[in-house]
Amino acid sequence: MLTSRTSPDQILDAAHRAEIKGRSLWRDAMTRFARNRAALVSLIVLMLVFVFAIFGGYISPHQPDYVDFMLRGNIKELGVPSLENGHYFGLEKEGRDLYTRVVQGTRISIMVGVIGSLVAVVVGTLYGAISGYFGGKVDSIMMRIVDILIAIPFMFVIILLLVIFGRSMIMLFVGIGLMSWLNMARIARGQTLTIKNKEYVEAAIASGVKPIVIILRHIVPNLAGIVVVYATLLVPELIITESFISFLGLGVQEPMTSLGALISDGASQLNYGTTWMLIFPLFFFLITLYAFFFVGDGLRDALDPKDR
Amino acid sequence: MAQPLLSVRDLRVTFDVPRPGAWPWTPPRKLHAVGGVSFDVMPGECLGVVGESGSGKSTVARAVIGLAPISAGSVQFDGQEIAGLTAAQRRPFGKDIQMVFQDPLAALDPRMTVGDIIAEPLVTHHPDLPRPEVRKRVQDMMERVGLLPNLINRYPHEFSGGQCQRIGIARALVVRPRLLICDEPVSALDVSVQAQVVNLLMELQRDLGLSMIFIAHDLSVVKHISDRITVMYLGRMMEEAESGTLIRHPSHPYTRALISAVPVPDPRLEKARPRMVIQGELPSPLAPPSGCVFRTRCPIAREACARDIPAKVDRGGGHMVACPFHADALAAMPLAV
Repeated sequence: MLTSRTSPDQILDAAHRAEIKGRSLWRDAMTRFARNRAALVSLIVLMLVFVFAIFGGYISPHQPDYVDFMLRGNIKELGVPSLENGHYFGLEKEGRDLYTRVVQGTRISIMVGVIGSLVAVVVGTLYGAISGYFGGKVDSIMMRIVDILIAIPFMFVIILLLVIFGRSMIMLFVGIGLMSWLNMARIARGQTLTIKNKEYVEAAIASGVKPIVIILRHIVPNLAGIVVVYATLLVPELIITESFISFLGLGVQEPMTSLGALISDGASQLNYGTTWMLIFPLFFFLITLYAFFFVGDGLRDALDPKDR
Repeated sequence: MAQPLLSVRDLRVTFDVPRPGAWPWTPPRKLHAVGGVSFDVMPGECLGVVGESGSGKSTVARAVIGLAPISAGSVQFDGQEIAGLTAAQRRPFGKDIQMVFQDPLAALDPRMTVGDIIAEPLVTHHPDLPRPEVRKRVQDMMERVGLLPNLINRYPHEFSGGQCQRIGIARALVVRPRLLICDEPVSALDVSVQAQVVNLLMELQRDLGLSMIFIAHDLSVVKHISDRITVMYLGRMMEEAESGTLIRHPSHPYTRALISAVPVPDPRLEKARPRMVIQGELPSPLAPPSGCVFRTRCPIAREACARDIPAKVDRGGGHMVACPFHADALAAMPLAV
């Protein structure tokens, strides 16, 4: 562009049009989030837990379904956590390596939480946004459906599902997915009601933008803040739910495991003095939950600074 | 005489207000926001609409653009009836009628960049336009309204109120509409910025040959920009005239009271001139007074005013007054210093 023939006018014009990058609200929120110590530390912890869940299995010489018959006879004395024989967290009650079991359990628990939460985000947000945006009869019908579903004790439904259709991972996901989006839909709908009366939405309507485009372009991005916060807080809730079901013995089945199942096993062995069987899964369970809660809190503060 | 671009006849807008604690099937109360308003906007003309808060000025604008439901009456744009169309049928008219909103920041989506905001009407009505062309038109428009085109990737919260209103104007004009509705575009701005925005609007109107409906409660601003002025009160039109005529020879008692309330920036003049203060509050639009809606606060009201809705009296030159006793108002409400 800038050849020797360029006039000062053209240079000015080019400078005029060179675009400056703006700071979006998301960027602002991320800066605020980074200033929140507890949230930042929790985020790092959470990432470490993720790394542990995904790659943790590679640093162990054992397989999660391998029963160490050499040590199985005397777990209380031979199965204690040790670095020498590669059982970092010791053995669990069947003589399998607890470390790899915890890795597997953490992976499954986080998967349940994250997938359930994703279902809630996608289904709940769209459902709530559509219901709130169209209002009137559509809104009444859609929200009454949610009310009816919410009135059913969902733990009962999940247990029934697992009993009737057999205990499988898929059924567990279906059960958790069925209930997780209901509250999200309500939250998204309530927020949509305030957003749809904003002048920028009216400007879009007056310009002739189609309703579905308005929902996707204006409503959903402005819902995103509250949805992200709720989704982060939903993950630990779902992990607890799954753990409870597994604790009852209905959830994840052998040879798979989850943190809830491991905690249940560990608790049942407490009488024999093998406390490590409870402590290790419980530790990962708790730090994951706390980290998720703190990150969710931090996101809420960062995305909605006016409320603090 | 040329064909009016926008012709509104006996426009009525009523809202349903549910009674608190009522059964779903009890009929709701009717709020008469606009009760029979008629006006024309000629091509290239600017019509000013003034009135106090709650007089229905904004509702008229929102009804014309399709944001408020039209209960009765006709709205013709360029000879085509647009009242009673469905939302989908109305969409093509978004290219020809655009609106500038009152709150400059609230009218811009906080999650979108300025470039995307201004481009929205353009990509809605010309979906096939290539992206570089959209960008170029947006930047041209930004320059036109006095914004640096390199700010295209910024977000609304990074701008001042006056700049936000310029963005709003750019968004409205990027599709080259024929009618621009300005709903109190300057009442949220500082006085100095108000002048800039009003001058910008006048300049754009002249250059682009726009027709405009300019709504404000500040009579001096409206006088500056409008060719004709309509005075509204409680959803009815009180008086309509050329702006010079209306300011110099106001005939309706309400208009006279409004003009007498405009402050004069000279303490001696301000003290000396007669002041008409109208008493009381705006009556509820849920139960508007019978006959003339202004009679409850009118200094020259008489029994006849409660009986029937006053017909519009033509005082010549398109000066319409909705008061049969306007001759008495001249005597009873002196304005001259």
